[in-house]
Amino acid sequence: MEIAYTVQPRPDTGVYNAKLGMWLFLASEVMLFGGLFSAYVFLRMGAPPDTWPHGWLSVPLGTLNTLLLAASAVTTLLAWAACKARRFDRFKLHLGLTLILGTIFLGIKGYEYRDKWLHYEVQLKDGRIADGHLVRARTTAETVVLHGRYVADRRELLDGRRKHGPHEELVIPRDQIVRMQNYAPRHNTFMAIYFALTGLHGLHVLGGLVVFAYLWGPGSRLWHVDPEHFTNRVEVAGLFWHFVDLVWIFLFPVLYLT
Amino acid sequence: MQATSTVLPHLKHAEHSEAPGGFWRTYVFSTDHKVIGIQYGLTALCFLLLGFFLILTMRWQIAHPGEPVPVVGWFLEKVLGSPASKGVMSPDLYNMFGAMHGTIMVFLAIVPLAVGAFGNYLIPLMIGANDMAFPRLNMMSYQLYFLGGVVMLASFLIPGGAAQAGWTSYSPLATVIPTDGQTFWLIGMILLITSSLLGSVNIITTIVQLRAPGMTWMRLPFFVWAQLVASFLLLLAFPPLEAAGILQLMDKVAGTSFFLPTGLAVGGATANISGGGSPLLWQHLFWFLAHPEVYVLILPALGIVAEILSNNIRKPLWGYRTMVYAVLTLGFLSFLVWAHHMYLTGMGTRISTFFQTTTIIISIPSVILLTCLLISLWGGSIRINTPMLFALAFLPMFGIGGLTGLPLGFAASDIQLHDTYYVIGHFHYVVAPGTIFALFAGIYYWFPKLTGRRMNEFWGRVHFWCSLLFMNAVFMPMFAQGFAGMLRRMSDGGLSYSTRVAPGVEGTLSDFILGLNNYILWAAVGLGLAQIPFIVNLFRSIWRGEPVRDDNPWQSTTLEWQTPTPPPHGNFLRPPSVHRWAYAYGPRADGTDYLPQSVPESALSGQATRS
Ligand code: HEM
Ligand SMILES: [Cu+2]
Repeated sequence: MEIAYTVQPRPDTGVYNAKLGMWLFLASEVMLFGGLFSAYVFLRMGAPPDTWPHGWLSVPLGTLNTLLLAASAVTTLLAWAACKARRFDRFKLHLGLTLILGTIFLGIKGYEYRDKWLHYEVQLKDGRIADGHLVRARTTAETVVLHGRYVADRRELLDGRRKHGPHEELVIPRDQIVRMQNYAPRHNTFMAIYFALTGLHGLHVLGGLVVFAYLWGPGSRLWHVDPEHFTNRVEVAGLFWHFVDLVWIFLFPVLYLT
Repeated sequence: MQATSTVLPHLKHAEHSEAPGGFWRTYVFSTDHKVIGIQYGLTALCFLLLGFFLILTMRWQIAHPGEPVPVVGWFLEKVLGSPASKGVMSPDLYNMFGAMHGTIMVFLAIVPLAVGAFGNYLIPLMIGANDMAFPRLNMMSYQLYFLGGVVMLASFLIPGGAAQAGWTSYSPLATVIPTDGQTFWLIGMILLITSSLLGSVNIITTIVQLRAPGMTWMRLPFFVWAQLVASFLLLLAFPPLEAAGILQLMDKVAGTSFFLPTGLAVGGATANISGGGSPLLWQHLFWFLAHPEVYVLILPALGIVAEILSNNIRKPLWGYRTMVYAVLTLGFLSFLVWAHHMYLTGMGTRISTFFQTTTIIISIPSVILLTCLLISLWGGSIRINTPMLFALAFLPMFGIGGLTGLPLGFAASDIQLHDTYYVIGHFHYVVAPGTIFALFAGIYYWFPKLTGRRMNEFWGRVHFWCSLLFMNAVFMPMFAQGFAGMLRRMSDGGLSYSTRVAPGVEGTLSDFILGLNNYILWAAVGLGLAQIPFIVNLFRSIWRGEPVRDDNPWQSTTLEWQTPTPPPHGNFLRPPSVHRWAYAYGPRADGTDYLPQSVPESALSGQATRS
């Protein structure tokens, strides 16, 4: 039993099934990220004055990641074009590049996550706050060692865009600590929505890469049987990838630049 | 004109021609839309029964607070342990059952039955396709749904039990309850949402891509339109709830504060959280889904009723085009009314005004749909049979449900009625004697296509009249209780607000109002008993029902009746083509009173037909 229009487009609608399916799926994805973006707007607008942080994320790294994804969008398109031109070797090359670019993106994202995870805010008994990165090698049962600075008020930490005093090594006896918390999602609403948005986006990137890896590797056998069907698969996976890129184009300014 | 009958003898043939793979591939991991539809249907009917059982024990507790639940009390204690010690339903257990009743009924029973079962089974048949566009995805949708159901059920058995914060799961309450029930609920919901998303992508693609030659948009049966719009609602409204679910899950397990405000105190102590979140945000995201969701509950039902009605009045549906435009409008507007569930949250009068306006506007297409169906009856030569009885009863029941929604749509009157039993009455009229009646109608009507046999007419009518009587006996008194100010979600059924506790105090509940609880209990028991004839009839008729002599026993025009009975894998013996709209009913020169969609013009002897 054959289902109609799995490969050839239906004349009056102009699409084949999987393409329409993907567009519909992307519509739901728009609503998914739309929901999260509205949550971001809602939380930020409702935040009490002097609680929303700025400049906590590394703009150079964010920019680099933006460029990587933008480049991968181009290579994806070229991979599809190569299929259309029936050039299997070029397809392999371009999709391979996409895979590499996407993997580097995830690597950088992972580095940024790790940076936040090792970043601590420590409330001391004398009222001061120590803020900095944990120096793991020197931290013991008695003392915590951070590379950072002391501030008198939490609010001084809110704006990361301004240059502040030099960072130095802070040795803090554990018995002086009231509360110690890293920049994990629970740190504040900004970190929470940052991890939620980029985490979900990262999962999408990962999903896209898995599909691409399949098409690049074992899935490419279909090429030799039915090149047109295979080209369709590349196109549909590419649509998804472009959407994932697009989400990042919104995430970057919203989280890194404002 | 009659197609040669391919009833039953063909059955053996069908099994034979089924893809090799035996029992598992044919019945459990099947990719055939009909098998998947039946899987959805049977699973959803089980959940419907379970949801009813939960509410029945709750109604006992409401009517007789603190008394051991008769008959099943020992069982509850055995399975659930301390929350049901000595067979008495504790307030915690009441909350669990309440939350799970709503969740099960909406997400595991009605939607899977209306969309998963009826949609899956009928849409490809009605549009002349041989299957859904993505058969394997279809199988996955069912499996995810099943898994979601298992997670929900499992949550009853974990320490602390199931979710307790209502099917609406408002934060902070849902987040701060220290047990894991809510976590299970969220994981279950994420599975169910994913299942719905895949299902709706599949349904929409199927309708757009796989319509048979000649099946233009305005020739689609109304049922297909209703399913199309319902699928769009699922597709676009569910993701924000998925987002909200992910955020609430993070609040629960990662310690974030998306929905937890600064300074939140739990049990008298300030919670150890960062704060800065917004409880209102949850409600917005939830109702952005949940209002469209109520239309997902009703639209397939309207579709079923439209098909059965037109078949049994033997004349064209009145205002088919109008109905199509109305249902499209309804689908669109249903995204703009969600905050009418939130008038009392303090979101502000300006926002209230907007949502009052849209809510009143959306009742216009609803009224149009109902009116078209009602006017269709005029001048018809009506055949009365069990499906038709249920379809007819749907009209006034849905009418009551819709009309009682209007006072809720205005903030001024909703302030009085919000969170009272009036609201319970309102939406149950729409969903229970409304949607569920339509689903019953559909089961009686399409049963012969699935099995080649009819369900018993006599017991069908017993089922109908008893259900009609008891449904109204259960829900009508709730309006009175609501007007009297009786709140929903009280495990003692309002006893602590009795006039006896505080004599002479304004607004306390009279003995009459509280007495209705006991009366509703017995009506609910009666409603349960009234389902026995149905269940017996359903299963008995599979093997013992009166065989149909014809592939088209109801003399219907639509394509699903132009298949062998039951339809084999691949559905049609020859690819069908479509020559007219779905409602070519009415007396004809050759003595018949209908003209199937698939009969070509050339096969007719120059008679005028509508197209
Ligand atoms: C067409 C006219 C309708 C109007 C104007 C309307 C209006 C409303 C309003 C304003 C509420 C909120 C009441 C409150 O909480 O204070 C409500 C609740 C509800 N309505 Fe409707 N409604 C209509 C039709 C429907 C339909 C067709 C369905 C479902 C099939 C439905 C299902 C529900 C449900 C489930 C709730 C309660 C949700 C909850 O709080 O748990 N309504 N309705
Ligand atoms: Cu609503």
